[in-house]
Amino acid sequence: MGGFAKLCFAALALGLSGAVAAVERIGDAESGAELWTQCKGCHQIGPDATNRIGPHLNGIFGRQAAAIDGFSYSKSMQRAGNDGLTWTLQTLDAYIHNPKALVSGTRMSFRGLKDDQQRADLLAFLRDFSDNPANIPEAAPTAIRDLPDLSDEILAIRGDPDYGEYLSSECTTCHQRDGSDQGIPSITLWPEEDFVLAMHAYKEKLRPHPVMQMMAGRLSNDEIAALAAYFGALSDEE
Amino acid sequence: MKLNRRRFIGTASAATLAAPTVWGAGHGMPKVVVIGGGAGGATAARYLAKDSDGAIDVSLVEPSRSYYTCFFSNLYIGGFREIGSIAHSYGTLAADYGVNVVHDWAVGIDRDAKTVTLAGGAVLPYDRLILSPGIDFVDGAVPGWDISAQNKMPHAYKAGSQTELLKAQIEAMPEGGTFAMIAPPNPYRCPPGPYERVSMVAHLLKQINPTAKIIVADPKEKFSKQALFQEGWGKHYDGMIDWIGPDFGGGTVEVNPDEMTVSIDGEVTNVDVCNVIPAMKAGRICEIAGITDGNWAPVSGHTMQSRMDENIHVLGDATNQGDMPKSGFSANSQAKVAAMAVRGALTGAKVFPAKFTNTCWSLIDTDDGVKVGASYQATDEKIAKVDGFISQTGEDAALRKATFEESVGWYAGITADMFG
Ligand SMILES: Cc1cc2nc3c(=O)[nH]c(=O)nc-3n(C[C@H](O)[C@H](O)[C@H](O)COP(=O)(O)OP(=O)(O)OC[C@H]3O[C@@H](n4cnc5c(N)ncnc54)[C@H](O)[C@@H]3O)c2cc1C
Ligand code: HEC
Ligand code: HEC
Repeated sequence: MGGFAKLCFAALALGLSGAVAAVERIGDAESGAELWTQCKGCHQIGPDATNRIGPHLNGIFGRQAAAIDGFSYSKSMQRAGNDGLTWTLQTLDAYIHNPKALVSGTRMSFRGLKDDQQRADLLAFLRDFSDNPANIPEAAPTAIRDLPDLSDEILAIRGDPDYGEYLSSECTTCHQRDGSDQGIPSITLWPEEDFVLAMHAYKEKLRPHPVMQMMAGRLSNDEIAALAAYFGALSDEE
Repeated sequence: MKLNRRRFIGTASAATLAAPTVWGAGHGMPKVVVIGGGAGGATAARYLAKDSDGAIDVSLVEPSRSYYTCFFSNLYIGGFREIGSIAHSYGTLAADYGVNVVHDWAVGIDRDAKTVTLAGGAVLPYDRLILSPGIDFVDGAVPGWDISAQNKMPHAYKAGSQTELLKAQIEAMPEGGTFAMIAPPNPYRCPPGPYERVSMVAHLLKQINPTAKIIVADPKEKFSKQALFQEGWGKHYDGMIDWIGPDFGGGTVEVNPDEMTVSIDGEVTNVDVCNVIPAMKAGRICEIAGITDGNWAPVSGHTMQSRMDENIHVLGDATNQGDMPKSGFSANSQAKVAAMAVRGALTGAKVFPAKFTNTCWSLIDTDDGVKVGASYQATDEKIAKVDGFISQTGEDAALRKATFEESVGWYAGITADMFG
């Protein structure tokens, strides 16, 4: 679980109810302002901010993904927005942590900020530009989730390929083995790690989409690894 | 991961577990006969042939050369699909997977001799038999209607010529005419199917005959995705659809195909088209095999084996399995569990715990799709629901459109999964 999520629990435990008091707990907005240099090549924020390579990030908390009219988002981000992805502390954290784990086909070419404290600081900075920060730390504890720290341990699990093949049969009712993607995205030949991250993001309900939340929700780490290995290696001929 | 076969096989007997050793020289290759080339049967045949790499001799018995999917047949009525786009042939199953496709009816099953007799006289021996014959109608379920009336009052609940006939009748309705549907009692094939159909008929009539009326006589207090359908009907087809539940006599119905009248709770109405969807039961071959209890064939969820005969697996609509709805998605999901269990028994292949899923999408109007789904697991008693979801009323247009597009993707996915 990420650093700020722990802090949020702490804030709740202390019974801090005022948003301001709690918000200070997200992280240090001043060091966040320094980290903003990593974003500002593409994004603007503050009065006069406009869309550049990326959309402006004013009012990002509580905003639905891909909601700025006139900005041309990737298909993947639009789909996530349609499915109901909303930018909250949790989802922003997951996206900045590893953009592709949350939105596979995102156009944001940013490798991700791995340090928990740095993300917490950056989010505190972004938070200052959101007037109406829906569900920030006061959110119910059950809503606080982070991309599980997919340690090398989990990523290193090697699934049983036979088991992967059997499990995959549950997926191919919707996802075609030949990789075609009309209406439902292709999941073949992904790097295993991306696949594992995406599945965990559904399992943790960070990625929206009821079907996939249900599918991933019942899979264990080993099963996800087995599927990642199987679909990662699937070629056209069976 | 430790997988204990004994645990997963569940109710299978010791004899079944020992089966692989039976197949030595002399017996030849183990034989599986699949009856019915629909959602369950085609999937089972394909997975058995694909995954056993030629170690099992798979025959598929199916009278039709083209299988018209019931799924998306309502979309054909609404004008969203061509009839040709819901027809599928068995060519790839035969050519690429080596399935022996026999176009004939199965008319007899000898469970002691383990043989299937076909209408053409051939006799096919089996080591395991898989039955996925879909549904037949309960005789006398709708007074005044029997199968000989199906051209005057189509059911269109087996897709193909019946679906085309129903659509042609709707197109020929006089201006301001009446379309009636007699909806079936539970349990039946595709719980949202009749209501998706009502939506698609309304969509068609709104364009070609906007003053026409639709009446639905229903014996059920409530139906699948009711809130979603009723919201959609109000929004897209206001005033066109009159749903008559059992409180208003929807369960007390009689039809007269010659006069084209429908009597609901004694009140007789002249109708122009009448879609009668009678109560259903397992495809007749299940009765012939003697594996039904009441209208359906009870099965174990661990393996889809008949509770009456462990050499027979039953799939899809014909079964009584527990919580899964009778859908193409369910039949496809069950087929994979059965194929795995059969391979385990006949070739000693690894067997994993049975998992099932279902999702049913319905189209209410252009780009207004909704869905309901759940996941299931096998218990000794039945296939039990684990977790589920349903579309919400009041969802925005972008989500409904995405849901519809997803269903198009699913259609392509499941038909590729069935037919290769
Ligand atoms: C209008 C409508 C809409 C639907 N929409 C959906 C949907 O959106 N999603 C969904 O998942 N499901 C949907 N369904 C349900 C779905 O079509 C069925 O649940 C599914 O086809 C069941 O599969 P099955 O294998 O049990 O039977 P079927 O697919 O009906 O296959 C049975 C096959 O067995 C053959 N057969 C029967 N008896 C014999 C015999 N004696 N010898 C040889 N062959 C025989 C028949 O010719 C047939 O081809 C819909 C159904 C209808 C009617
Ligand atoms: C190389 C350019 C680039 C960099 C660097 C970058 N972004 Fe982005 N960002 C984008 C693009 C492009 C999009 C639109 C993505 C899409 O449509 O898939 C985006 C989208 C976003 C969104 C979603 C906005 C919405 O309206 O839904 C957020 C939040 C975001 N970026 C935050 C950040 C933060 C915080 C940083 C710095 C840590 C950052 N980005 C760095 C290009 C960039
Ligand atoms: C009922 C249909 C259905 C089934 C079954 C299904 N999926 Fe999905 N899957 C979808 C849809 C629809 C999406 C797009 C979801 C979204 O918008 O986030 C998706 C998305 C995904 C993604 C992310 C793709 C992307 O581009 O971001 C992955 C990975 C995935 N599914 C894996 C699986 C696996 C593994 C299984 C089997 C265990 C499976 N799915 C079963 C419908 C399905």
